[in-house]
Amino acid sequence: MVEQLSPLGQAFRPGSHGNFANGVGVTLSEIAPGSIVQAAAWPGSEKKMMAAIASVTGLKLADGAGAGAISERHAAFGFAPGKFLVTDVFEGLAAALAGQVGPAIGTATDLSHGRTAIRIEGPKAEWVLGKLFAVDFEQTAFPIGSGISTVHHDIFAQIQRSGADRFDLYVFRSFARSFWKMLCHAADEVGYEVI
Amino acid sequence: MLITCPYCGPRDVSEFAYQGDGNRTRPDPASTDGDAWHAYVYERLNPAGPHNEIWQHAGGCRAHLAVIRDTVTHEVSSVRFARDHGAPAHVRRKSGAKA
Repeated sequence: MVEQLSPLGQAFRPGSHGNFANGVGVTLSEIAPGSIVQAAAWPGSEKKMMAAIASVTGLKLADGAGAGAISERHAAFGFAPGKFLVTDVFEGLAAALAGQVGPAIGTATDLSHGRTAIRIEGPKAEWVLGKLFAVDFEQTAFPIGSGISTVHHDIFAQIQRSGADRFDLYVFRSFARSFWKMLCHAADEVGYEVI
Repeated sequence: MLITCPYCGPRDVSEFAYQGDGNRTRPDPASTDGDAWHAYVYERLNPAGPHNEIWQHAGGCRAHLAVIRDTVTHEVSSVRFARDHGAPAHVRRKSGAKA
C-alpha cells in the first residue's frame, strides 16, 4: 500500500506548548492506525455484523447505542444505528472484514486514507473537548470504550473514549489540519505536549 | 433547544437539519390528481402548538427522526426514528431542495 503522509504537515510541532507552568494538561498525538473501516449493517443484521467484528478483531460489542471496546491492536464502537467504526494497528482490516461480511449482512468500507485519528490524553482532556463539543464527556455518561458522533461546526468527528482520561478522535482527513490547529488553540491555556 | 436523538441522546439543535413538515403524504408518482399534488406541495397546517416534523441528525448518527415540536414553546415532546414507521418519501429529496 502507498505510504501515508500525515495531513497535519507543518502544523504538527512536537514539544511543549502553551501555558504549561502548572504542568501539562493534555498530550496530543496522531495515532495513525493502519486501518480505519466503517462497517454498516442492513436493518435487522446488526447482530451478525457485531459477530463478524468480533470474529475479526476479538472485540465483543455490547448492545446499545455507542457501545464499543478496545484492545492493544483494535478499537470498535457504534456511532449510528447499525454502523460501526473499526480500527486496526495494521493494514488489511477492510479485506478481513469484507471476508466475513457478505452482501446479505452489510458493507465494510475502507476509510484508512479518509480519516485522521487524533489522540488527546491527560487530566484536562475532558475539559478541552468540552470547549469544542456540546456533549457530556463525564465518564459516567461516556464510559471507556464507548463512542459518539458529533460535529464541531461543520467538522464531523467520531470520538471514542479509550481510557479514563484519553479520547481518540476521527475526523475527515481534509479537515484534519484545521481541526488539529483548533485543538491546539483550545489546549493552549492548560499547556499541551505534542508527541 | 435540545433534541433527544433515540440513538445519541440529548444534543444541541445545531447538530440537526430540518427536513420539513411531517404531516405530508406524497401522492403516487403516477397520480394525476392535481388537488392531491397541490396539497402535498403547498398546503401546511401551520399550527400554534404541537407539530409533526421530520429532522435529520445530520451532525451525529445521520438518522431521520420524526419529532413532535411545539411551535410556540419549542418543547420537543416526542422523538422516534422515522424509519420505524417508514420514512416519508419526501425526506429522500436532494439536499438544498425547498422544504
